[in-house]
Amino acid sequence: MTALSYAVTDSATMLRRNLRHALRYPSLTLSTSGMPIIFLLLFVYVFGGELGAGLPEGVGYVDYVVPGILLMTAGAGAVGTAIAICSDITAGIVDRFRTMAISPSALLTGHVLGSVVQAVLNLLIVIGVALLIGFRPAAGPLEWAAAGGLMVLLTLAITWVSVALGVISKNPEAASNVVLPFQLLPILSSTFVPTSSMPTAVRWFAEYQPFAPMINTLRGLLTGGPIGNDGIIAVAWCLGITLAGYLWARRVYNRPR
Amino acid sequence: MVAAIKATGLRKSYGDKLVLNGIDLYVPEGTIFALLGPNGAGKTTAVRILTTLTAADAGQARIAGHDLAENPDGVRAAIGVTGQFSAVDDKLTGRENLILMADLHRLGKVEGRRRADALLARFDLEEAAGKLAATYSGGMRRRLDLAMTLVGEPRVIFLDEPTTGLDPRSRRTMWEIIRELVAGGVTVFLTTQYLEEADELADQIAVLDHGRLVAQGSAAELKRRVPGGHIRLRFADPAEFDRAAGLFADAARDEESGTLRVPGDGDIPALRALLDRLDGAALRPEGLEIHTPDLDDVFLALTGPAPKGTGR
Repeated sequence: MTALSYAVTDSATMLRRNLRHALRYPSLTLSTSGMPIIFLLLFVYVFGGELGAGLPEGVGYVDYVVPGILLMTAGAGAVGTAIAICSDITAGIVDRFRTMAISPSALLTGHVLGSVVQAVLNLLIVIGVALLIGFRPAAGPLEWAAAGGLMVLLTLAITWVSVALGVISKNPEAASNVVLPFQLLPILSSTFVPTSSMPTAVRWFAEYQPFAPMINTLRGLLTGGPIGNDGIIAVAWCLGITLAGYLWARRVYNRPR
Repeated sequence: MVAAIKATGLRKSYGDKLVLNGIDLYVPEGTIFALLGPNGAGKTTAVRILTTLTAADAGQARIAGHDLAENPDGVRAAIGVTGQFSAVDDKLTGRENLILMADLHRLGKVEGRRRADALLARFDLEEAAGKLAATYSGGMRRRLDLAMTLVGEPRVIFLDEPTTGLDPRSRRTMWEIIRELVAGGVTVFLTTQYLEEADELADQIAVLDHGRLVAQGSAAELKRRVPGGHIRLRFADPAEFDRAAGLFADAARDEESGTLRVPGDGDIPALRALLDRLDGAALRPEGLEIHTPDLDDVFLALTGPAPKGTGR
């Protein structure tokens, strides 16, 4: 077998381990979709009436808010990933892996793939809830496929960064704390309200931070609005963050100690 | 004999803390080697270097014929490591832990399951096989940990303080397991701070203190290096006691108990000569005891108090 096929086999083994953990504690996986769902219900039923008034004519607030909520969902597993990686390292099992002739990044890849599988599951749950409370996307199969691809790309990007953060964290609590800001980033954008209502400085940040083009793209794909350059920019952000996160994670994981 | 482990001049410091100060190790295949030392002597660092976890600052080592620096993956494929703190996956069952190891050794489904079940039986874990490792007792975790190390059938096994924290019964069980391993032809490198353990198990013992090897040899050889061996002769009759004292001029007298301490390491020829002299003088001691220095004596004689600036 070649090094590549070793890497694939070992990553698959680590993915099975990760999914077994997830199956053993399903509540942990499912509770990840809890926060986005609470935000969804809160904004649609509590703030939505007022916020919806600021939207252009004919746009329902549910349809406006769901794309951003989906991006929050894609990133919601990041804390869990960072904690899992950090726990593995601090618990000593990683030292065992390191003394075995296995592909060096298999553990990380296994965690990332496991997180993506769980994120897809959570996304399906949140989409289900959204449909139940009146989300009516205009997307056809092609748009859904593109939207799904973007969400998976985003999950990959966030997960690789949180893996690196998990590796460098001293303990699982610290890991959880450093990753949390990532989950709040979508809020500082057009997720809940159009940016036009914000003060200049906040508005500038909200329009140019990485999540902004992603939200616009997803909104465009699902509800049929204009996307423009945002699609390319969103994909570029995702790929760039994924690559940087991957290289960073590999570096800190394999650095000599 | 072929060397399972051969290391020369291993050095390691963390910052300005010198942890290993140039140690040489030679372990023949199929033997048990004990690295003995107090806490902070550098035992764990030595194991971490030899098992590819930590890079040495200087020195070379070959493990099972593979150079540590040039072919770490070759070393990894030949060794099994059980660290000081158990490295089992708490969220998997005992059996799943073993199958995870089998999969990482790419053994295939059938062979992996076969080995997992054989190890569960061998380590008396069949009943607990389906329970999460998190629920295991300390002794069970150690056994599972070692079983996981054996899945890949390593030629050289490193055990870092394998019995620290175990109750006496579990410790005995662990000793038996280690002896069985070596009977099967593998080489065992273990670290311990228990002299008794090194004495029980090891063919060769190296005493590590403040990053230096201060002595090396079999338990018997080490014991011979410290003075203090003697034969104790007890006499009921004070007259005989006096005569005997005249016979053995270098003996220490203990008038109160009527005991003579004749220096000597108590091996058979020395003992025979002593008995012959007693017979020649028609002396009949009431009791005879041989005191051989134990490893505690060796340990205390060889390991000094901690100087500043070393540790781990």
